Amino acid sequence: MTETNTTSQTGQEFERVLSQSATTVASFDQHERSPLEKLRHFLHSSPASVPLIVLVLSLLIFAVIVGSRFFTPFALSLILQQVAIVGIVGAAQTLVVLTAGIDLSVGAIMVLTSVVMGQFTFRYGMPVELAILCGVALGALCGFINGFLIATVKLPPFIVTLGTWQIFLATTYIYSANETIRAQDIETNAPLLQFFGQKINIGGATFTYGVFAMLILIAVLWYVLNHTAWGRHVYAIGDDPEAAKLSGVRTKRVVITVYVLAGLICALAGWASIGRNGSVSPQIGQFANIESITAVVIGGMSLFGGRGSILGMLFGALIVGVFSFGMRMYGTDVQWTYLIIGVLIILAVAIDQWIRKVAG
Amino acid sequence: MQSEPLLTARGLVKRYGRVTALDYADFDLYKGEVLAVIGDNGAGKSSLIKAISGAIHPDDGEIKLDGKPIHFRSPMEARDAGIETVYQNLALSPALSIADNMFLGREIRKPGIMGKWFRMLDRKAMEKRARDKLTELGLMTIQNIGQAVETLSGGQRQGVAVARAAAFGSKVVIMDEPTAALGVKESRRVLELIQDVKKRGLPIVLISHNMPHVFEVADRIHIHRLGKRLCVINPKEYTMSDAVAFMTGAKSPPAELVA
Repeated sequence: MTETNTTSQTGQEFERVLSQSATTVASFDQHERSPLEKLRHFLHSSPASVPLIVLVLSLLIFAVIVGSRFFTPFALSLILQQVAIVGIVGAAQTLVVLTAGIDLSVGAIMVLTSVVMGQFTFRYGMPVELAILCGVALGALCGFINGFLIATVKLPPFIVTLGTWQIFLATTYIYSANETIRAQDIETNAPLLQFFGQKINIGGATFTYGVFAMLILIAVLWYVLNHTAWGRHVYAIGDDPEAAKLSGVRTKRVVITVYVLAGLICALAGWASIGRNGSVSPQIGQFANIESITAVVIGGMSLFGGRGSILGMLFGALIVGVFSFGMRMYGTDVQWTYLIIGVLIILAVAIDQWIRKVAG
Repeated sequence: MQSEPLLTARGLVKRYGRVTALDYADFDLYKGEVLAVIGDNGAGKSSLIKAISGAIHPDDGEIKLDGKPIHFRSPMEARDAGIETVYQNLALSPALSIADNMFLGREIRKPGIMGKWFRMLDRKAMEKRARDKLTELGLMTIQNIGQAVETLSGGQRQGVAVARAAAFGSKVVIMDEPTAALGVKESRRVLELIQDVKKRGLPIVLISHNMPHVFEVADRIHIHRLGKRLCVINPKEYTMSDAVAFMTGAKSPPAELVA
């Protein structure tokens, strides 16, 4: 703001002295920023850069300690394959976390939909395409239940999804009678269920279709979050729901669509998980919710909402993938991986808090 | 006074349980004026303003804009009718950019296929209009329209909120305590902004506790007491102590002014 006209206007008696005062009050501090402050501003404006740096560093570290075995296209593409499911579920979690919510039921929706896709095909003899469609629709319905309870009934997301997590999981077990559909049966009778498990080779690297599904999904969501009104509204709601509402954002509708979309994405993850495991089993995906939250947090997203980038989530998932794969190749106890991931989570949140001070 | 009032309210009633916030309150706003609304805490100023801006629905009474009765069910409907409100807490999203904030809830999409099918936002157009509006109001020392609102000072944030209201308000701009959280110089700037907005023909409803500010910018002062309009005074004919006396009930207003 300029202060140039202050003196020419009449103003209040006590404000007359303002004519002699400094005229730069509302402009920015022009003082030279220290390198540390510059770093903080940079990180503030590009939230995915921290996890990217950590990812590159961890790749370098394992390249050094594991050696050339690690840095082959095959090994690296294997990491991508292992990350694919977490990456897809993490995309769903990203949407929810951006609205300052949390979804503990993502893994349960994934398992439930994969079981429905399998059972509908094998128990009722439904065409595979229709069974998959039913699974996807069920995923959306599960998401809608979450969204409705959170946005309309106004219950806290943590509690709602803690409840639906149990409900969806129990439904899965009751419905499937804890039965597994064997991989060979699927392969001969309904290969479409294993679609995302198919592989292609590019120069020694092997990619499953699931990897492409994850990358395309994240690219599309990145576009939607950054370049559409809906995406901006998701951020605004996570930032300050009251302000968003007063600014004309239909908050209830946006929150419900976020959870529905998350449910849809979890159904996609359910389908992709059949490709990854070969079989349909109610036992899979036990930790998908925790793994997706881990990816989101290490990816530099704020659990308080409104901050972070979906690319950060991808980097976060890859960091976890690199560590678990690298540690296994190095041949240490797998617990070291969990220990390091635990440290990374706490560090990521600490860095997030530090970056936020840029606003103060 | 002048011709017909632009915005009128008659007999507004709003009860919250056993508390009556509005007790058959009236309200008139004329074209091109700054109307200040003052009143003690709990007098019902906020309820009155919320009723006009669509944030609450009065239990009874009638509001007319341009002579036509209106029934807002949400602040969005009031906005669509041309009534913009600058809320005391500003209603800005701190992590979003200035341009994103100004267009929140009414984004511009790209023309052609990109906008229609891919719903792509037209960032350039929004940034240009935001920059034009801020320049018009003399706020353009904000260097970068893409910077997050949380990196702005309190006065600058107020400026962004006022610019947003001025950019989209076609009939009325309501400002709720715009100077309450600001320092002396930033308050001065906001008062200048109010004059700028008024010069461009938009009437302003100003809610404030700051008597010097009210007496400086207001053309008329609506004094609210015990849930209804007590009187409307001309700031040139009465002193601040008169206003405070009417407002608190220490003195009764002259009979010809009582509404």
